[in-house]
Amino acid sequence: MTALGFCDVQVSYNGIEAVQSFNDLLHSGEWLCLIGPNGAGKSSVLRAAAGLVPYSGSIAIDQKEIPATSARWRAQHIAYVPQSPLIPLDMNVFDYVLLGRNPYVRHFSWETKHDKEVVSEVLDRLDLATFARRSLGTLSGGEVQRLVIARALAQEAPVLLLDEPTSALDIGHQQQALELVDKLRHEQGLTVVSAMHDLTLAGMYADRLVLMHQGARVAEGSAKEVLQPNILSEFYGVSARVHHEDDGTVVVIPQRMSTR
Amino acid sequence: MTSTTSLDTGRNRYWFVFGGVLLLVAMIVGTMIGPAGPTWWRIPLEFLNRLPFIRIDSGVSEQDWNIVWLIRTPRVVLAAIVGSMLSISGASYQGVFRNPLVDPYLLGVAAGAGLGATLVFAFQRGATENWIVDPLPLAAFIGALVAVLVTYVVGTAFGTTQSTTTLILAGVAVTSLATSIQAFILQRNTDVVRQVYSWILGRLSSATWGDVRLVLPYVLLSTGVLFMHRRLLDVLRVGDDEASALGINVRRVRLIVVLAATLGTSAVVAVSGLIGFVGIIVPHAVRLLAGASYRKVLPLSVLLGAAFLVFADIPSRVLANPAETPIGVVTAFFGAPFFLYLLRTRNTST
Repeated sequence: MTALGFCDVQVSYNGIEAVQSFNDLLHSGEWLCLIGPNGAGKSSVLRAAAGLVPYSGSIAIDQKEIPATSARWRAQHIAYVPQSPLIPLDMNVFDYVLLGRNPYVRHFSWETKHDKEVVSEVLDRLDLATFARRSLGTLSGGEVQRLVIARALAQEAPVLLLDEPTSALDIGHQQQALELVDKLRHEQGLTVVSAMHDLTLAGMYADRLVLMHQGARVAEGSAKEVLQPNILSEFYGVSARVHHEDDGTVVVIPQRMSTR
Repeated sequence: MTSTTSLDTGRNRYWFVFGGVLLLVAMIVGTMIGPAGPTWWRIPLEFLNRLPFIRIDSGVSEQDWNIVWLIRTPRVVLAAIVGSMLSISGASYQGVFRNPLVDPYLLGVAAGAGLGATLVFAFQRGATENWIVDPLPLAAFIGALVAVLVTYVVGTAFGTTQSTTTLILAGVAVTSLATSIQAFILQRNTDVVRQVYSWILGRLSSATWGDVRLVLPYVLLSTGVLFMHRRLLDVLRVGDDEASALGINVRRVRLIVVLAATLGTSAVVAVSGLIGFVGIIVPHAVRLLAGASYRKVLPLSVLLGAAFLVFADIPSRVLANPAETPIGVVTAFFGAPFFLYLLRTRNTST
C-alpha cells in the first residue's frame, strides 16, 4: 500500500527553484533516504512535506492529499525532526514530549489523560522514563536526539521525516539513533524519509536512496546502485573509493587528492 | 509517572496560594500607609466594619474614611491592575518573541502613548479641564495603539521568514520616530516639559475609581485572551518551524497575542504613564521561582505583578513626603539591577 506520495512537488525561494518536479511513492514501512551535496534540495523536500515551505504539486498520505489549510491534520500524519531542533533548556522532558500531542489538542483546550498516557508510554519505550522530570539542559546530545524522536513519536503520525538526524552526534550515538528509528519503523510500520550526508550510514539503513543535485533527482536505487565512484565524483565532485563488504554494506571512503 | 504528576500540581497550588496571599497582604498594607488619614491599624478594622453583618468600632471618622476609600483604595486597586497587566503582557511578549529581555513597550506602546500625551499637554492642558471626557488617557491610548499598528504593518510587510526580527526592528524605528516628533513638540513648548516628564515617569497618585472603571474592561479582555493562549505559548518555545510542524498557525497566534497584550498595555499606560521594568522583573522572578512553563508563568505573573506594583507604590508615596516620587523611578531603581543580573546569568532562551 502507498503510504506517502509526492506528485510533481516543486519548491522555489524568491523565484529560484530549489526542488524541480519531485515524484515518489513510498510504501508503508519503507525508509527512503535523500542524499546529495549541500543545496541539492533534500531539506526542501522534507520541509515541503512538513508544511514549512510553500510548494506546488501535491503530497498525499494513504492516497489522501494533504489539505493546504490544516496544519493540525498534517501534524497528525507527519512528524518532522529538524536538523538542529530548538531545545528550551529549562523545559522538562515530560512537557517537551507532551508538545508532540499538540495536533490532537483543540486550540484553547488542554491535554487529556490519554495524551499523558501516550507520552508516558513513549518515554518508557525509549528508556527515557527516568528522565521525565529532568530539564532538557541537563541532558547529553545523544539523549536530546532520542528525546526529539520521542516527541515525534508522541504525534502518532504514520510518516516520520528526519533532516540530518545524526549530524551532531558521535559515531556511537549516530548508530544508536538510526537503530532506534529502524526498530520503530519495523515495529510500527512507520514510513521514514530522511536526508543524510553520511553515505555509508545512509546506505546501511535506508531501503532506497535518491540522489539529488540542483533540485533534481539524478540517481535512485539501492546503495549498491547509487553509491558508485563515477556517480559520486560527478555530483559531489569527490574522488572516493567504494568498498563492498561481504554482508552487502557499501562503504564510501573519500580519497586524498594530492599524492604524497 | 502519575505520582510525579500529582506532586507537581501540588507544588503549583502552593505557588498560587503564595501569590494570592502576597497580593492580599500588599493590598492591605497599601491601604494602611500614606501621608494623611487615620492611624494605620484602624483601617483594616474599618474595612471589616463596612462589610455587611459586621460591626466594629474602629474610631475612623467619616472624613478619614474618605481619604482611605476615595484616594488610597483606588490607587491600590489601580496599582494592582497596572502591575498585573504589565507583567502578563511582558511574559506574553517574551513568549511570542522568544526573547527573555523583551518588555511590553517593545513595539512602540511607550513612545506612541508618550507622543499622544505630549500632544494633549502641548495643546493647552488647561483648556481641557471642563471636558466631559479627559482627553489625556484617550490620546495616550490611541497613540499607543497606532504606534503598534504601524510597527506591525511595516514589520510584517517587509519581513519574510525572520518575521520576529523585522518586527522588533520596526518597533525600534517607530519608537525613534515617535520620540523625535515628541522631542520636536517639546522643544517648541518648553513650558509643558515638566508635566510631560512627570507623566513619562509614571504616576498612580491621581488614581480615581473612574480610572479603575476605565481600564478594567480592556485589562479583563486582554488577560482573558492571553490566558487562553498559555498552552500555545509553551509550544512556541521550540521555535516557529517546529511549532508549525506540530500543527500551530504561528503567525496567527503571534498576531492575536501581540494584539491582546498591546490592548491591555495601552489601556494601563493611558492612566498610569510609563512604569518601566515591571514587565521584565515579574515574569522572570516567576520563572526563577516556579519554572518556565507559561501555564504557570501567566497566572503567577498576574498575582505577583499586582503585588509588586502595590508594594512599589508605597515608597513612592512616603519617600519624599509631601511630594510624590514617581513610581517609575521606584520600579527602575529595583528593576535595572535585576535586569543586569538577568543579563549576566541567563544567556539561554526563554
